[in-house]
Amino acid sequence: MPDWLADSNTQWVLAGCVLLGISSGVLGSFALLRRRSLMGDALAHAALPGVCAAFLITGTRSLPVFLIGALIAGLLGAGCIQAITRHSRIKEDAALGLVLSVFFGFGIVLLTLIQHSDRGSQAGLDKFIFGQAASLIGTDVQVMAGCAAVVCIASAALFKEFKLLCFDAEFARGIGFSATFLDGLLMLLIVLAVVIGLQAVGVVLMAAMLITPAAAARFWTDRLDAMVWNAGLIGGLSGALGALLSTLAVRMPTGPLIVLAATVMFLISLVFAPRRGLLSKAARLLAIRSQVARENALRALYEYAEAAGAWDVKVSRDELAAVKGQNPVGLAAQIARLEREGLVVTHDGRSSLTPEGLRTAYEVVRNHRLWEMFLMYEGQLGADHVDRDADFIEHHLPRATVAELERLLRVHGLEPELPPSVHPVAA
Amino acid sequence: MIGTSGAWIILTGALVAASCGFLGCFLVLRRLSLLGDAISHAVLPGIVVAFLLTKSTTSLPMFLGAIILGLLTAFIVQSLAQGGVQGDAAIGVTFTALFSLGVVLLSRFAYGKDLDLDCVLYGEIAYTPFDTLLLGGKSLGPRAAWVNGGLLLLNVLVVGLLYKELKICAFDPEMATAVGVNVALMHYLLMGLVSVTTVGAFDSVGAILVVAMLIVPGATAYLLTDRLEHMLGIAMGVGAASSVAGYFVARSLDCSIAGAMATVCGGFFTLAFLFSPSHGVVTRNVAQRRLRRRVAQEDVLLWAGRRLEAGQTAAFDARDLSRGLEWLLPDAAAAARRLTGDGLLAARGEGFSLTERGAAQAQELIRRHRLYESYLDDLGYATDHLHAAADRVEHHVSAEMTAALDVATRFPDRDPQGKPIPRSGS
Repeated sequence: MPDWLADSNTQWVLAGCVLLGISSGVLGSFALLRRRSLMGDALAHAALPGVCAAFLITGTRSLPVFLIGALIAGLLGAGCIQAITRHSRIKEDAALGLVLSVFFGFGIVLLTLIQHSDRGSQAGLDKFIFGQAASLIGTDVQVMAGCAAVVCIASAALFKEFKLLCFDAEFARGIGFSATFLDGLLMLLIVLAVVIGLQAVGVVLMAAMLITPAAAARFWTDRLDAMVWNAGLIGGLSGALGALLSTLAVRMPTGPLIVLAATVMFLISLVFAPRRGLLSKAARLLAIRSQVARENALRALYEYAEAAGAWDVKVSRDELAAVKGQNPVGLAAQIARLEREGLVVTHDGRSSLTPEGLRTAYEVVRNHRLWEMFLMYEGQLGADHVDRDADFIEHHLPRATVAELERLLRVHGLEPELPPSVHPVAA
Repeated sequence: MIGTSGAWIILTGALVAASCGFLGCFLVLRRLSLLGDAISHAVLPGIVVAFLLTKSTTSLPMFLGAIILGLLTAFIVQSLAQGGVQGDAAIGVTFTALFSLGVVLLSRFAYGKDLDLDCVLYGEIAYTPFDTLLLGGKSLGPRAAWVNGGLLLLNVLVVGLLYKELKICAFDPEMATAVGVNVALMHYLLMGLVSVTTVGAFDSVGAILVVAMLIVPGATAYLLTDRLEHMLGIAMGVGAASSVAGYFVARSLDCSIAGAMATVCGGFFTLAFLFSPSHGVVTRNVAQRRLRRRVAQEDVLLWAGRRLEAGQTAAFDARDLSRGLEWLLPDAAAAARRLTGDGLLAARGEGFSLTERGAAQAQELIRRHRLYESYLDDLGYATDHLHAAADRVEHHVSAEMTAALDVATRFPDRDPQGKPIPRSGS
């Protein structure tokens, strides 16, 4: 074990940050799907007047008293959010903002009252609200461990109910769950996590711990159970990374580093996640573009031959590009590609389709024209639901409709011909 | 006496509140309320980098740094949202990351330098009168008042010029796209205004006041009106009123002025939430209770009227009423007492009977009920369902509607069950 890890203070901080990361990641998943990501932010701010009031009432500066004050204020804030969204037309985001700003403003009033009174400095109070992970000690971590355990056990025990609440609150109500009660329970857990996390990472960063790991986990899966695990993992990992990084250099605050670690993981997820990530989306887009370009080139060659009345007519790339109004560079690249696939032969810069190429092009052109007919006569055909991404029209429309479309093609004189000599003439 | 500096503080607060409240209406409608909070945190790295580059705490470079970061925040949030991140999470991820970056930069590179998180980031409105704008050696009053006055003018001007477009984007972005409004441009324009306003305002009056004024007045106005023009006006008014009232609260308690302004504004919202004529919780409750009470009274009158018609004794007591209407005894007694108070029932020892006025009103109610039954019967409604339907609707049939029903059913003498329909005023 390296000596910077042997330090017992570092171990406590590390343990505390990991636990905080795991529990807020798990809770954040539910909050995110409930579209209440910023709830943590609002409730963390709402805790300030509670802490101040606790100090004003008891006159002592002890952690349990602050925790209770923060908890009560947080619950009050959560109750206000629920009441405002339920009983007025104010939406979630505005309700969160209302509670955040008004509670915090009131907290500032109380804070300055304490400052200006004989009670002396408000030192301990702002440390509590703005967080100081480096000062975590054994008892703090025990409290955090207990709360993290409560959060995780409650999430596991109520997984089914929370899942229902996240995806279909109406249905949950319909089968007899009280959505209000479940929502309240979820908020209670969030308040608990926020209050515990506050002193470790501070207001803003507590908000981040509830949002960022969950938002990162969302990229990797469409299943809630997997998302919860991932979010817990990402949260825990961020906690560990942030705590370790802050020990490596002087004057590196733990809380912000945890958040930055989580943000880096979020960015990695945003870019690299399979299916939902930006890279994977870009790859899909490129694949579709390349397929479309290839088919356009095939169709251009086919229609050129069709117009010339000779299937073996040869055409230069520039000529073809000019006739079909396509970009000559792109077209040249596609023709080179088709040549490699054995669908096109080129002599002296003039290309023509091979028999294999003609057959492929025929399929593409026929399909394309059938879709055109479909779009022209969609209303009359009465087929109101199709998957336009379909590669081949036969896969997605009833046989009778395709037959009708073929008749329409003939009416419009657009039916493509399969050239008679599709068999290799001579090698 | 509030003195010159007090007046300047109130004026500055009112200007901030008005311009934030004005923009806040659009944020509330577009469900972007928390963007102000996000921007006011996210600008920190811009301020720190500006400080590190120029090595000075002059406000212009920091102001520019903050505005760049503000716009960047709006841009990142929008890009993330388009990249498949849920809107609220996009806001949360962006501002917390940028703020953390700012804190790390600050504590790593600017530690112990002349840059204090509190005073740079969170200006204090109480100090605004001391930072005056000088022109040709003459003091023109606090810089903050001029900055925020300018911002208010800018906001009103831009929104005024593009009012139609912003309005349609706020309520129906799809429709806006369909009619050819550049929704993205409008969005960035609005975000640009929010960034500039947020930065300009919190530099002088503190973040908490800006965040509160971007949300609370707009939300308050949203509960008081259904028209955007009125909403904008009310939001500005609520903001300005909070700043005046907040100042006096802070002075009498000797506490933070910005905090008191935000708290007072929260009080205004609470009032609107409870007592708004159209959307207030208490208002709606009262209206509901009134309706319930009226329905109960009409039910009693109908019951007593039918009794009289059936030739039973005119006098009845609360117990009869409770049995007849299947109500709890206390409810029946209370309803009868209220009707007695209104002069529609007369108390006779233990019992009650209809007064002349009460009997007339009962006749009128019976007439409504039976005319409505006739009407439903004409429509081909099942005969055995007529009574229940009429029982519910009779409380909402006005005198004009009764007359119209009479015409529509060709002035019947008897209802579908053969009971007589009393003539009006008989």
